[in-house]
Amino acid sequence: MTAPRSWNRLPRVAPDAVHALTQRYAGVPDGLPRPLLAHGNGRSYGDVCLTEQGTLLLTRGLDRFIEFDPQQGILRCEAGVTLAELLALVVPQGWFLPSTPGTRLATVGGAVANDVHGKNHHAVGSFGHHVRALELWRSDGSIIACRPEDDNGWFSATIGGLGLTGLIRWVELQLMPIQNPWMWVESQRFANLDEFWALNRRAEARWPYTVAWIDCLAKGKAQGRGILLAGQHAAAQAELPTFKESGKRIPVDPPFSLVNGLSLRAFNTLYYRQPVKPQGALTHYVPYFYPLDAIQGWNRIYGRRGFYQYQCVIPPREAEAATAALLDTIARRGEGSFLAVLKTFGRKPSLGMLSFPRPGTTLALDFPNRGDKTLRLLEELDAIVREAGGTLYPGKDARMPASLFQAGYPQWEAFSAYVDPGFSSRFWQRVTP
Amino acid sequence: MNSLNRVILFGATSAIAEQTARQLVAQGASLYCVGRNRDKLMALIDDLKVRASDHQQIDGDVADLTDSDQHARLIDAGERALGGIDGVLIAHGTLPNQQACQADVTQTRQEIETNALSVISLLTLLANRLEQQQYGVIAVISSVAGDRGRQSNYVYGAAKGMVTLFLQGLRNRLAKSNVDVVTIKPGFVDTPMTAELDKGGPLWAKPEQIAKGIIKAMQKGKGEVYLPWFWWGIMLIIKHIPEAIFKRMSL
Repeated sequence: MTAPRSWNRLPRVAPDAVHALTQRYAGVPDGLPRPLLAHGNGRSYGDVCLTEQGTLLLTRGLDRFIEFDPQQGILRCEAGVTLAELLALVVPQGWFLPSTPGTRLATVGGAVANDVHGKNHHAVGSFGHHVRALELWRSDGSIIACRPEDDNGWFSATIGGLGLTGLIRWVELQLMPIQNPWMWVESQRFANLDEFWALNRRAEARWPYTVAWIDCLAKGKAQGRGILLAGQHAAAQAELPTFKESGKRIPVDPPFSLVNGLSLRAFNTLYYRQPVKPQGALTHYVPYFYPLDAIQGWNRIYGRRGFYQYQCVIPPREAEAATAALLDTIARRGEGSFLAVLKTFGRKPSLGMLSFPRPGTTLALDFPNRGDKTLRLLEELDAIVREAGGTLYPGKDARMPASLFQAGYPQWEAFSAYVDPGFSSRFWQRVTP
Repeated sequence: MNSLNRVILFGATSAIAEQTARQLVAQGASLYCVGRNRDKLMALIDDLKVRASDHQQIDGDVADLTDSDQHARLIDAGERALGGIDGVLIAHGTLPNQQACQADVTQTRQEIETNALSVISLLTLLANRLEQQQYGVIAVISSVAGDRGRQSNYVYGAAKGMVTLFLQGLRNRLAKSNVDVVTIKPGFVDTPMTAELDKGGPLWAKPEQIAKGIIKAMQKGKGEVYLPWFWWGIMLIIKHIPEAIFKRMSL
């Protein structure tokens, strides 16, 4: 059989066994090779959801809703429900995820385990801030109910805990009220990084959602040019257009990456030149939050060898200099990605011991896997991140050195005490002794 | 076209029935769900209640359907809870271990009891009831395995074959009473139970696809449907291989 993969299609490793869970209360059968690791919809990039030994527990069969209070916006569901399934239920009833990543194909369990964040981090924090409760199954058969108000550490270990504290069986979320499924979005072009910082500061003070796309190949005075999108949920009384979802898909694996110097330069230039709407316009929430979900299997454009995601966060004091240095290095190498994303995180402290979001600026890119050449570039980027006191996102990592992880996640040793002795991942084995 | 606004599901917690239930609820149906395992059934009912509106009735009961003494009670309870019956889906069953059945006829009897006789008992009661009300649709999940006996699973095949044949007669009888009888023959279905197998091939279908086909067939009042449709062609060939050749094949 083909082993489950993560979204960037590397590393290619196979566990000893794969077991599909179908009933939340049924536990996990004895006798499965250990260690265990939950694998949701395979939307993280790297090896937090993979293991070379033991058993991958597929959680997509745990896709039931348990309880929904449409007055209070409180939803309890099994961990394998995808954000898309959840939104399909709650959006027509006037509720939305208070924090959502850039794909709605992740599972709720995966969103908790990676403590994912969205374009509104500066306003509302990350996914974990909106979890009211969750249930953990431990490999010794015990069950732990976790709530944010508990002081025994289980909640803060499990939020962003990379699935290592046990199997998350269900999650209870506090949703956010909306008036309709539309967004009011203003887009603005900026000519370089300096303009970005100024524009971004103003936008953050006013808008719940902000994110910038940048042309990571532009050099010199144009370095960091891009487009800033600022958004908010649409007004109760808005002239709503009609919306019909249309999907496209990449049907085959091209033998080599379609992302190369030529296509990158063309795409980035065209994207930068697209008409912007500083006066604002209504956009449906699906294309606004999940533009790439519209192209099924978009990860295939990088060919069989897959790609690396690289997402770092740089503390505020070093952010401007380090971001410039990162972009210098990338442009010099002529490497780069279709969608380089730049955003600043807010000051709300994350709840998880291993949560990635922290005050500062986050830059996310993807690079086609060209073997050693790519790895060497990423090491150069590591050096800049390390120097600036920043760190990388485990949910998007397939290669960071243990020292960088340990420096960026000083609570990792305290966290280790909560790791289920029957659980592990390739990531965890890679970054800890 | 048949309305499916009030439906009883037997074997509601099977992967195919569960997906069918979700799609029916999305179409505004009220459901009465019967399943053997209490925890599974409760998880299903809770989920369906979240998906339904306040005007839809979602109810059910735990029962072992091999106990046919329960059948009349269950149908009564379903009819009472829903305020009538527009449709019934019978989806319960087991996949026998062929080797165990070959070794011991008690095992074989038990499998035929579960997969054929319990279905026939339900059908007998349901047929009389729907015949009287002069409308409704009964669908049963049979199998392509019932089309021809094969060494690898002929006990299961024989049970499903009996169901298929029984349904043919019943369809014939109820045609004049405005009651449709639908035989569903799914091919390979990618349920969570088969996750360990390699399902890369085009022959594998998702339970939600099968569920969609079931609902369409019930609404249209079809006779026998293969799901997905191309199994019709595959089984046409398999049924027509001469016995002299077939007996030497390892299928």
